[in-house]
Amino acid sequence: MINLRNAKTQEKIASAILLGCTILVVMPVVIVLAVILYKGIGAINWEFLTAMPQKGMTAGGIFPAILGTLYLVGGAVLFALPLGVLTAIYLVEYAKDNFLSRIIKLAIVNLAGVPSVVYGLFGLGIFVMFFGFGVSILAGSLTLGIMILPVIITASREALESVPQSFRVVSLSLGASKWQTIRHSVLPHALPGILTGTILGIGRAAGETAPILFTVAAFYLPHLPQSVFDQVMALPYHLYVISTQVPGIPESTRYGTALVLLSLVLILNLFAIILRSKFRKRKKW
Amino acid sequence: MVTQPLKPNKIKFDIRHLKARYGNTEAIKDLSLQINANDIFTIIGPANSGKSTFLNSLNRLNDLNPNFKLTGTILMDDIDIYHNYNAELLRKKVGIIFALPTPLPLSIFDNVAYGPRMSGIKNKSTLMETVEKSLKESYLWDEVKDRLNTSAFNLSGGQQQRMCMARILAMNPEVILFDEPTSGLDPISTAKVEEAMLILKEKYTIILVTNNVAQASRVGDKTAFFLMGELVEVDDTKTIFQNPNEKRTEDYITGKFG
Repeated sequence: MINLRNAKTQEKIASAILLGCTILVVMPVVIVLAVILYKGIGAINWEFLTAMPQKGMTAGGIFPAILGTLYLVGGAVLFALPLGVLTAIYLVEYAKDNFLSRIIKLAIVNLAGVPSVVYGLFGLGIFVMFFGFGVSILAGSLTLGIMILPVIITASREALESVPQSFRVVSLSLGASKWQTIRHSVLPHALPGILTGTILGIGRAAGETAPILFTVAAFYLPHLPQSVFDQVMALPYHLYVISTQVPGIPESTRYGTALVLLSLVLILNLFAIILRSKFRKRKKW
Repeated sequence: MVTQPLKPNKIKFDIRHLKARYGNTEAIKDLSLQINANDIFTIIGPANSGKSTFLNSLNRLNDLNPNFKLTGTILMDDIDIYHNYNAELLRKKVGIIFALPTPLPLSIFDNVAYGPRMSGIKNKSTLMETVEKSLKESYLWDEVKDRLNTSAFNLSGGQQQRMCMARILAMNPEVILFDEPTSGLDPISTAKVEEAMLILKEKYTIILVTNNVAQASRVGDKTAFFLMGELVEVDDTKTIFQNPNEKRTEDYITGKFG
């Protein structure tokens, strides 16, 4: 009896601790969201979202920063998604398991652990200076793209590897070539996983400040870019600027900017999640 | 003038000194045999005797395994399939049915049309004709004609296996390899598959690997007995089952081992 009671008590304590930890994890997220929403919602209006900043950013809107971030994320994905997926296809479907391919895989894993400011310096050295793109949307997008490449490659590899081997064997046994097999019987079933990786990449690319600091971000630029060789403002950097570099910015503007950045990432993610669930519905094995 | 027999015993496969290994494991040791066109050639033997390796060598599906090594020659219609043949073309001519049904996650129509589509056929009505003809040949048409666009996973195991047959037939092959095709099926579905094989051999050469000795005796024209990667004996199915040369063959078919 005593043992049984002990076991029951232990069970209760264990589940209480586990629940407590889970709540501790969720709480900061909820609090952050709540505070940003509470303090920032007052600043959100049509003018804030669509107007140029005025009077040294103390008034007006943040439209150039929103647009800039969209350009940068779009550019990064445009560059990293095809390159990442094709690399993953090569590694999973074509590369033999030898020293070289193991080195490549190790390099990709390590690339994911490189601090983002290092990517920023790399972008400055390679794209801005060596290739002469200047401080521009192009240089910033490529830098962000390289930063999210490992995320996309790793997710795509896992997605490709999770497609049952039998699909490949059956397809090849029906006379399909290797590329036809990948195109028709492997890639379609790996798409949900690839999109998951892209979602993660988008979130990172939209939120990072360091990689764009030296490569694209403008301190204050109250007009829209004319080409990919122009500088743009970007939300994370703009937030940094108005929070620490410029005095006299109203608090609601700062939190409003944070709220817009957060919403932007969530909306982009939502879009990808919907796309992914559409593909998942087609999964039939 | 001497009249030719309707079906001369033309040699489809001529296999000479075939040896196969996976890494350091020898799967087939020096095997030579011939397979006649329009026969049902059955291969019996216990597990690990090299039956499936042999079968997968005939359409080069073993190529997918990087550790696989093969020496010797396999001639199909006098052409060396390992040196003078494109693997994709070979696999279009030599289809294979696996032990377990292997539908692709597509509709019934798309499954059957897969091979022709990969050969570049895009015309809808041509594809439809091929699919209908193939499903009729594998006795599945009446059961699925109203739901061709539903998932192949909704079919029963026996139906899936016949759909896999239709998928092979749609490629208009010359040879069909069966790798223990009924091991996962109930007796009625098994009978249907066997019945189909007997009709199919009019047009195709059939090579059947089976664990079921009785099945080999029911449908086979010739039967080969494999043991530990060696060909013990090959002869007319009747001879193998009634009057085998080798003691080991007799022991196996009478169930004394294996």
